[in-house]
Amino acid sequence: MVTGEHTMQKYDVELEQMRSRVLQMGGLAESQFKLAMEAFETADMQKADTAIASDRRLNELQRDLDAMINHLIARRQPAASDLRMIMGVAKAVTDLERVGDESAKIGRAAKWLKEKDNGFRMNRIPDLHQSGEIAARLLHRALDAFARLDGQAAASIIRDDVGIDDRFRATLRQLVTYMMEDPRSISASIDTVWVAKAIERVGDHAKNIAEHVIFIAHGADVRHVSAEEVERAVSEG
Amino acid sequence: MEVTLKSGATDAVAASGAPERSKMSIRNLQFYYGKYHALKNVNLEIAEKKVTAFIGPSGCGKSTLLRVFNRMFELYPEQRAEGEVMMDGDNLIRSKQDVALIRARIGMVFQKPTPFPMTIYENIAFGVRLFENMTKAQLDERVEWALRKAALWNEVKDKLAQAGTSLSGGQQQRLCIARTIAVKPDVILFDEPCSALDPISTAKIEELIDELKQEYTVAIVTHNMQQAARVSDYTAYMYLGELLEFGETDQIFIKPKKKETEDYITGRFG
Repeated sequence: MVTGEHTMQKYDVELEQMRSRVLQMGGLAESQFKLAMEAFETADMQKADTAIASDRRLNELQRDLDAMINHLIARRQPAASDLRMIMGVAKAVTDLERVGDESAKIGRAAKWLKEKDNGFRMNRIPDLHQSGEIAARLLHRALDAFARLDGQAAASIIRDDVGIDDRFRATLRQLVTYMMEDPRSISASIDTVWVAKAIERVGDHAKNIAEHVIFIAHGADVRHVSAEEVERAVSEG
Repeated sequence: MEVTLKSGATDAVAASGAPERSKMSIRNLQFYYGKYHALKNVNLEIAEKKVTAFIGPSGCGKSTLLRVFNRMFELYPEQRAEGEVMMDGDNLIRSKQDVALIRARIGMVFQKPTPFPMTIYENIAFGVRLFENMTKAQLDERVEWALRKAALWNEVKDKLAQAGTSLSGGQQQRLCIARTIAVKPDVILFDEPCSALDPISTAKIEELIDELKQEYTVAIVTHNMQQAARVSDYTAYMYLGELLEFGETDQIFIKPKKKETEDYITGRFG
């Protein structure tokens, strides 16, 4: 799909500005999440503070993009692929802003845990590490699919999000076991549940972005439909 | 794409009540201005009591198509149509029916308001008298009915004896719509009805079109794509005399099937 070639060239410029601003926001959300995970895993408080602070920049970008979207709708009466692009971006922006919120939560949890982990080393739970890696990868792939408007790639992200959900449940089971074995771990375990939940949500936001990509590229709303319907949507037109 | 539109647009149409029925069937329609082939094999169903919009760049044949529907083209000897425009089992192109009668059944409203140089009352009554014998009281009633339908009654009820041309542009256009409705047509054709009007008059005409479809089948040609998006149930995109794409308006404006349609409605044309 091309954003270019409108008779009114200013429209092209505005659409392109919106698109590149979303990608900028996506890159920032991605690195903020990685930083938060590092802060959590290595108990690095400086990184935790940076991850918490960079949420503000994402909020600013969200407001910028919303203003651009309002302008485009009011001034250009977008239709067809332009309309789908603008609608898709509006939704992706919300998801990216939420990724920022989740990353900030992980950063804050890293700080609490540092204070009260008492040597339980919650940050070393293998499932948690792996789901963090998967979530980061899904987010990266979702942004890549967005940049290329690649519906097929987006469909594969929707498939792979299931992996994170499974690991989230496995992590919960592990944490419950800790808590039963040693009640002194309860406080740290609960903080760790928040981290696990935040990672799982980042995976969900990556999946949402993938769904928006399919809407933009194929005009199909694949939210709340079966895997077969997603496949069908991206194989048609 | 079926997946999206099934959930939204189709249900909305189904929910709006009346089952879809075709009012006019256009089949293999060809049209020539002398040697120039202006409409090329157009096939299309016009749904009853729905608004069908025709969009496309200048010279694409959309006004020509409208003029075939009520045989306006016959006013010019070198113009001819081939194929079928079926309505109620009759091919309008070949019909033995009196063209005046066809044009009463298929009324037309033009780009510029065309009030007759008569009073407001006579503008409406004139056509009615041609087709029906009425008492003065019946005629008064019909004039009021048509003016009310055209959302003009309240503005003109105290000056029915004034000239139609004394009204504002938007009022004149609604007068022409009232005149068309007065003879109780089945189909109303609008050829760029708002292009000479200001935004408020335009909004009034669009509101009126939305009401008219309760009782009439409406076809509208418009250069204003947003107008087509606002008022129509179905949209046809024409280019160089061909019907390139036809579908539910939501489908055309959200996910057109053809690149040509996409380029036109997103402003990438030319």
